[in-house]
Amino acid sequence: MPEAAFHMAAPAPPMAADAPALLSARGLCFDAGGKRLIDGVDIDIRPGRRTVVMGANGAGKSLLLRLLHGLIRPTAGEVLWQGRPLDREGRLAQAMVFQRPVLLRRSVRANLRFALSVRGLSGPQRAAREAEAMERSRLGDLASRPARVLSGGEQQRLAVVRALACAPGLLFLDEPTASLDPGSTHAIEQLVLEAHGSGVAIVLVTHDTGQARRLGDDLVFLHGGRVVETGRAPEVLDAPRSEAARAWLEGRLYLDAPSAPGT
Amino acid sequence: MESFWRILGEAVGLILAWDSDLIEIVGLSLRVTLSAVAISCVIGLPLGAAVGAFRFPGRMAVIVVLNSLMGLPPVVVGLIAYLMLSAAGPLGPLELLYTPTAMIIAQTILVTPIVAALSRQVVEDCYREYAEQFDSLGVGPFDRVAALLWDARYSLLTVALAGFGRAVAEVGAVIIVGGNINHVTRVMTTTIALETSKGNLELALALGVVLLAIAVAVNGAVMTLRASAVRMAYA
Repeated sequence: MPEAAFHMAAPAPPMAADAPALLSARGLCFDAGGKRLIDGVDIDIRPGRRTVVMGANGAGKSLLLRLLHGLIRPTAGEVLWQGRPLDREGRLAQAMVFQRPVLLRRSVRANLRFALSVRGLSGPQRAAREAEAMERSRLGDLASRPARVLSGGEQQRLAVVRALACAPGLLFLDEPTASLDPGSTHAIEQLVLEAHGSGVAIVLVTHDTGQARRLGDDLVFLHGGRVVETGRAPEVLDAPRSEAARAWLEGRLYLDAPSAPGT
Repeated sequence: MESFWRILGEAVGLILAWDSDLIEIVGLSLRVTLSAVAISCVIGLPLGAAVGAFRFPGRMAVIVVLNSLMGLPPVVVGLIAYLMLSAAGPLGPLELLYTPTAMIIAQTILVTPIVAALSRQVVEDCYREYAEQFDSLGVGPFDRVAALLWDARYSLLTVALAGFGRAVAEVGAVIIVGGNINHVTRVMTTTIALETSKGNLELALALGVVLLAIAVAVNGAVMTLRASAVRMAYA
């Protein structure tokens, strides 16, 4: 895990698309209620890349993120972190921000402090990270306020900053701006871009094509739990090859069986 | 009806006169009950939190047992405590029978399952919300339990209140292990039972009024605290 990757001063050099994968999914499947919800997903997330995951509601995007982050166990297949099966150490090198921020019933500062305290950092390290995160979140004036009385945008900003304070090598974001106004969305996107600039790989689930263009290097399109198309984000968004992605981008309901995976 | 108001008037007179017997009995009642509730919370809160937060083989059986023990009959608890504390029992050498300590032990046995079972439910609700975030942050088992207990603290106050209510109003267990000895183990509930049977209704009713007042005051305080916590979004 890079030490405080978030607060590196200089932007990390862009990683080649063929660099060794940071995180890989191989034949990932997940069943629930007798139904296959994730079906044979193969994905490589490369260091320093921003990968956007898109697809219709129920396509399995959030579920895929949870599988990749190790929050749930796959029915079949495996997740590899730097070539090894994902374990606790691997998961601690990642962080995740949920669509609805999960904040403790404590103050803003105490939420940050808790996340840092369980990482086994020394007191001075924790204090430094906390101060930096407070500054970056621009919530300094609200540090003593209960986190749950903040606005939706402030809460999500706190959730992102808390995740980044743990210095992850890879940050998962599950529709972090789904219910936010443009200003709050911009603030979250800035945090994501700053994190990426310091070398953090990003995996973002979004329904917002504008956001996908702004934040995405690569795009993975899911339909019915399968990856039906992958490629560079602008290329997929401008000229989708799969019928599912084309229908979704055109705002049509697509109920047919998944098309053959594109590459 | 007239005699009820007369007796009530005399009971209020005893309270206002700060009657020394009354004060002694109320004081011992609070000492025994608060001690039992405190010990029950020390045991029951972490136990309930652990059962609420962790998945392990036999967990459902533990929950069923805890829930069942909530309905323990006080006289049965008193009898078990009596057998343990009597001269022939395993704790006989400690010579605790007919002491306030014996009453605290009996009430602790009675209240701990209530605290554990109710806190399990409270913590489980909280944990359902936090589980993925805890997993993502890599929060260890001890930190999980501590964090859940802290974040659910206002709801858990209500749990402690339920335990207090059970203990302070209980008579069956404490009369068996305490013996209702004057100036030694006489508490409000046992005195009410005794004085009523003797026809000394003024003291019995005065204690009843105090008991009700304590229950209302404690409930009011906890509810006020919880309401302000909800307003502050800490609950």
